[in-house]
Amino acid sequence: MSQLTEKEILDTEPTHHSEHIVSPRVYGIIFATLLVLTGTTVGASYVDLYAFNVVVALAIACLKAVLVILFFMHVKYSSRLTKLTVAAGFFTFFVLITMALTDYISRAWGMW
Amino acid sequence: MDSQAIATQPVEDHAEHAHHPPYLRHHFANLEQQKETSTFGMWLFLLTEIMFFGGLFCAYLIYRNWYYPAFVAGSHQLSILLGAINTAVLICSSFTMAMGVHAAEMRWRKPLIGWLLATIALGCVFLGIKAVEYNEKWEKHHVPGLNFSVDSFVHQDPHYPEDKPLPLDMAEKTQVYFSLYFAMTGMHALHMVIGVSLLIILVVRAWQGAYTQGHMTTVENFGLYWHFVDIVWIFLFPLLYLISRHQ
Amino acid sequence: MSTIVSLPDQTTATLPKRSYLNDGYGLKSWLLTGDHKRIAILYLISITFFFFIGGFFAGMVRLELLTPPTDLMAADTYNKMFTMHGIVMVFLFLVPSVPATIGNFVLPIMVGAKDLAFPKINLLSWYLYVVGGVMTLAALILGGVDTGWTFTTPLSTHYLNTHVVTAGLAVFVAGFSSIFTGLNFIVTVHRMRAPGMTWFRLPLFVWSHYAASVLMVLGTPVLAITLVLVVLERVIGIGVFDPAKGGDPLLFQHLFWFYSHPAVYIMILPGMGVISEVISTFSRKRVFGYTAVAFSSVAIAVFAFFVWAHHMFIMGISNYSALVFSLLTMLVAVPSAIKIFNWSFTLYKGSITFETPMLYAFGFMGLFTIGGLTGVFLGSMGMDIHLTETYFIVAHFHFVMVGGMLMAFLSGVHFWWPKMTGRMYPEGLSKLAALVTFIGFNLTFFPQFILGYLGMPRRYAAYPPEFQVLNVLSTAGATVLGVGYLLPMLYLTWSLKYGKIAGPNPWQATGLEWQIQSPPITSNFEETPVIDYEAYDYEWLANKTRHEVQTVG
Repeated sequence: MSQLTEKEILDTEPTHHSEHIVSPRVYGIIFATLLVLTGTTVGASYVDLYAFNVVVALAIACLKAVLVILFFMHVKYSSRLTKLTVAAGFFTFFVLITMALTDYISRAWGMW
Repeated sequence: MDSQAIATQPVEDHAEHAHHPPYLRHHFANLEQQKETSTFGMWLFLLTEIMFFGGLFCAYLIYRNWYYPAFVAGSHQLSILLGAINTAVLICSSFTMAMGVHAAEMRWRKPLIGWLLATIALGCVFLGIKAVEYNEKWEKHHVPGLNFSVDSFVHQDPHYPEDKPLPLDMAEKTQVYFSLYFAMTGMHALHMVIGVSLLIILVVRAWQGAYTQGHMTTVENFGLYWHFVDIVWIFLFPLLYLISRHQ
Repeated sequence: MSTIVSLPDQTTATLPKRSYLNDGYGLKSWLLTGDHKRIAILYLISITFFFFIGGFFAGMVRLELLTPPTDLMAADTYNKMFTMHGIVMVFLFLVPSVPATIGNFVLPIMVGAKDLAFPKINLLSWYLYVVGGVMTLAALILGGVDTGWTFTTPLSTHYLNTHVVTAGLAVFVAGFSSIFTGLNFIVTVHRMRAPGMTWFRLPLFVWSHYAASVLMVLGTPVLAITLVLVVLERVIGIGVFDPAKGGDPLLFQHLFWFYSHPAVYIMILPGMGVISEVISTFSRKRVFGYTAVAFSSVAIAVFAFFVWAHHMFIMGISNYSALVFSLLTMLVAVPSAIKIFNWSFTLYKGSITFETPMLYAFGFMGLFTIGGLTGVFLGSMGMDIHLTETYFIVAHFHFVMVGGMLMAFLSGVHFWWPKMTGRMYPEGLSKLAALVTFIGFNLTFFPQFILGYLGMPRRYAAYPPEFQVLNVLSTAGATVLGVGYLLPMLYLTWSLKYGKIAGPNPWQATGLEWQIQSPPITSNFEETPVIDYEAYDYEWLANKTRHEVQTVG
């Protein structure tokens, strides 16, 4: 305790970040990218890629979601706490799915 | 044991205490703390929303693997064109919302109102197209529980000559697909309706100049909600419309 | 090392002129308040009300089980009784019990804040709780529900003519009340801490509430969507859980227990927080292994999401999956044991005094340990198949929930009562109540372990005559337990007017909430406190008291 100066004790907000205003240009670029990706995913669905149709569609969806989260929702410019919160949400969702799947995959091996 | 001294509540500056802006609530020391607090609260709320939709996505994943042919046949009944238009509409609305937040940050009152009104319009377009799609489902007897018939799935569908008719028991399982379709898009549409209603309130408050005097947390937080609803659709669109296109 | 602290002389204490209690009068000043302390009191009143409603059903269940045949009520009525008991006690009492009352009251003060981060959302949370409660009462008055508190499909969606929809929506609404409480706590702990209040200076009460809040925020929405699907299935007939349409009833169980297992920790973690405070205060010692106890709360919260399927071992899930969940379940015993051992080490060489909250805390430690260990029995698959759906499991979760959580709740209420009201309760009577509760509890639920082991199934109105002796013991115990719960209700109400004035720190505790007047003023602190001492630093408190005596003298 004693080695800390008073200023350090009174230090505020560790995750403090200065106000960051995203420029409309960034929004425009992201917007255009999202539209292009939507076109791509629709286009890709008309090409028969066998099992990879799902992979491509979901990969594009994830990419779009990440763009929206990072730029439209300002997470790229936000505190670590916000990033951690977003990660916690997807992590718990991931736990729900994987742990439920331990049952569904092994209930009848090889049947699905 | 002694950890780094971290505090989140700044010491009150008594000199500054005299001229608090009216929108600073009494239990916060300064505006920055208030803003960060409400944004973090909004993010936590979105966390609950992830899990709320998460249950549905989990159900979708499991049943798609169980009743693969039924899910393929079910998804062939959706119009990719309408789905794609709706996706584009929603992305546009996300863009207008982001621009609205920017206008509020720059304290431009008229552009803020304009962007918010554009967002409302696009939200309504989305809901309108969704209504058209729902209506089509009703007419084709694809609403489980209320108006359902396996007819489209046990006979050869002239629109999809490559689709073989399903055996009766698998055709019954298309009900699971449509149950999830309505549950997922219905919950999403409900969020859109709530969003549009909130937007109307925002426009009125923005008209009164509430968000262009340096305090625009409400607009920013609503933006987060709106973008979240957009993200849900970004996943619903490929899952429900696209990925079974070729099987 | 414990520090000897003498309790202050209460005869000279006076009630402060200005406090949150006299800052505005009339119903409106309470119903529209943004003050976390007043909302806590509102919660305390409504939760007590629902506790006695739930207790009434428990009484009816025990009365019916006094004799082997179904004589007091029809089997259908009995089903409704235990269902209403479960729904009311779980969703309207246990989940909000400590967080919404004691947590609401002291958590902001403990971190040095003037209020919770979102006072209006806090009030909204109480209103949602009330709406949920009223809807539950409506379901009850309209004719009750008999699905069991688990809303098991397809029983709840297809085979019952009772008010499942009303009850399901009631739980949905009450769930949002819990989400908002949790959200408020997390934001408050992150963003509203006073200068100098570092994470590792937070009282363990705050740590455990933080962990419980994370579970509320992440788990409850899954329950919400599941109940929405049940209601849609019942009202419209969609086919997500209906086997006739291809749905999987087990998916309902997965989603339901994904919330309802963490919910168990939502219920117990805040109780553990109370025990940490009480044990430390009445041993005059810093909690042994503070960091370990703090992180064990977080560990319980993390493990909570990995063990839910141990509620489903006999429901037809895959054996391999059951194996995985069984192994993971054992993990939860580790952080729970860390807590119990650390509390025991805190007692070691402490200068222990036996005030009422401490008696309840002792009750908690013993009964929770039994409840927890029998939980390990049930988590191991072989034993579970033998014991599940018998009275063994009923005894197990009542040991954890009633023996653990309710003891912790009463301990907390007695501990912070002087802070909430500024007055003391009659010490002799309250010690008697603690003793009566402990005896009544053991008499009620210990026989149920034996009954379950002998094979008496739960949820039946009738049973073979050879079980009668143990059932009579259990019912007699429930009567004693009822007296044990009525007593605090009576003398605490009495103390509001006639209790001795408590003074700011009657227990000589170190928490920030004890360094301000009791009852506190509306904004808690005259000015933002600056924290320059560690949690549970009794030497600091002794120095401070000595200093005060010197300056005043």
